[in-house]
Amino acid sequence: MTDQTALFEYLLRLGDNTLVLGHRVSEWCGHAPVLEEDIALANTALDLIGQTQMWLGLAGEVEGSGRSADDLAMHRDVWDFRNLLLVEQPNGDFGQTLMRQCLFDAFHLELLTDLTRASDDRIAAIAAKALKEVTYHLDRSSETVIGLGDGTEESHRRMQAALDLLWPYVGEMFTPDAVDDAMLAAGIAPDLKALRARFDTRIDAILTEATLTKPDSTYAQSGGKTGFRHSEHLGHMLTQMQWLQRAYPGAAW
Amino acid sequence: MYAQMVQSEATAEDPEKLAAFQARIDAGEKIEPKDWMPEGYRKTLIRQIGQHAHSEIVGQLPEGNWITRAPTLERKAILLAKVQDEAGHGLYLYCAAETLGVSRDELTEMLLDGRMKYSSIFNYPTLTWADMGAVGWLVDGAAIMNQVPLQRTSYGPYSRAMIRICKEESFHQRQGYSIMMKMAQGTPVQKKMAQDALNRFWYPSLMMFGPSDKDSVHSAQSMKWKIKMNTNDDLRQKFVDQTVPQAEFLGLTVPDETLRWNEDKGGYDFAEPDWSEFFDVIQGNGPCNTERLAARNKAWDDGAWVREGLMAHAAKKRAAKLAAE
Repeated sequence: MTDQTALFEYLLRLGDNTLVLGHRVSEWCGHAPVLEEDIALANTALDLIGQTQMWLGLAGEVEGSGRSADDLAMHRDVWDFRNLLLVEQPNGDFGQTLMRQCLFDAFHLELLTDLTRASDDRIAAIAAKALKEVTYHLDRSSETVIGLGDGTEESHRRMQAALDLLWPYVGEMFTPDAVDDAMLAAGIAPDLKALRARFDTRIDAILTEATLTKPDSTYAQSGGKTGFRHSEHLGHMLTQMQWLQRAYPGAAW
Repeated sequence: MYAQMVQSEATAEDPEKLAAFQARIDAGEKIEPKDWMPEGYRKTLIRQIGQHAHSEIVGQLPEGNWITRAPTLERKAILLAKVQDEAGHGLYLYCAAETLGVSRDELTEMLLDGRMKYSSIFNYPTLTWADMGAVGWLVDGAAIMNQVPLQRTSYGPYSRAMIRICKEESFHQRQGYSIMMKMAQGTPVQKKMAQDALNRFWYPSLMMFGPSDKDSVHSAQSMKWKIKMNTNDDLRQKFVDQTVPQAEFLGLTVPDETLRWNEDKGGYDFAEPDWSEFFDVIQGNGPCNTERLAARNKAWDDGAWVREGLMAHAAKKRAAKLAAE
């Protein structure tokens, strides 16, 4: 793998994570439990889509084949997506959505913090902008996870169920592969082992305050960020997201 | 979005107080929450502001319908920002209504069980991407027409909410028109979509101003109180006069064969919408009434455990803080 290929793959991972999660969160629009949550969810989705434009825009530039961020978002099929399995998981109830958000935010925040020091200035600049937004995302998702975990019996039960359901998708974030190794060697990406330690510290504190129990299992599902084996959910999302571009090729919108 | 067909409440108070109140309004003073006000004024405003707030909330649904299918990342971001604004407008308006002594939860209950209405325009479906253009251009355009004068309404909190809302609504209308431009100048199929959207949204947009109110006693009272600033017919005329040249610029045809420029009045003559359809939709028989209300009820019911959970947590924290003091 050349450095350029690894960089392209890495940027797709960053951009596909925000694209797929932004899309999932946007599915809530108008259906949240309370007006403030409608606003906050739309705001989070908006930030993530904005970050997608930057990451995929840069990915297209690095690839050098003339593909724009929109081309990458709208004209790739499932096997070409490089997002984590976690972010493509369905919304479920509000608790599941916020648990997914909190687990991703805690990883995302640590990742972006390190990326602000990347040897590639373009990446450092995007990370610095995204970090401001993601700091707010984690504040909000962690507060909500704490509030609902330590709320009523029902809210506690639902949050524990969400955590148990999503925990097997946490490991993939921290399992390095050839792309991660190449980016680490190039001074761009952080060491995922060190990142995991910081993630654990954060998540343990949140879960303790939320009175939730971290699952014992260390089993990690994989196949999202490599594109080897996504879940069945991603294809359905793409049929919706890409429909207009696919149905009316060549039209400008 | 805005409120339609709000009937003003009769009022039976001390004539001297009423006269003094009217004098303040006539002098252009703003009425503030702690000031004395006639019961009819208060009730009419609660109904009007509440209905307006509900319209913002239900109005998220027809546009939310296309967020997951937006054709580009930029369009998706703009639409998300717009729908987020609508939710924000709902929030300011509920806050304005709360200053009149009604809670947001009470208003929500009344929306969900059908005691209060929202603007009927949201009971029409959004079927193609061009509908996102038509909703911004026509529906937000009609709303702005109604809301700009309400910035000068007599009730202070309402007036201030309208000033903020109008700033954002004019951006919404521009983004709608920009979608229409792209479609109208696009492929033949896109142009067909744009025309189809105009065909479906033209008359419902004209209905947004409500039936002619020239004989309405309620309207007269609301206008005297400066809760309503213009007649429905005046606003509708203004809307048609503004919109027809915009349609021409797009190369689209307004679906009204009787539409003619009338030199004498300096405005267009145009066909009235089918008012029986308007009343049918208000009665609950519009194409999407059932879905819209069901979606809001489901969101509220499904979210009950979340609201209860967060309240319980807040109560625990308060108790812990008290115990520590």
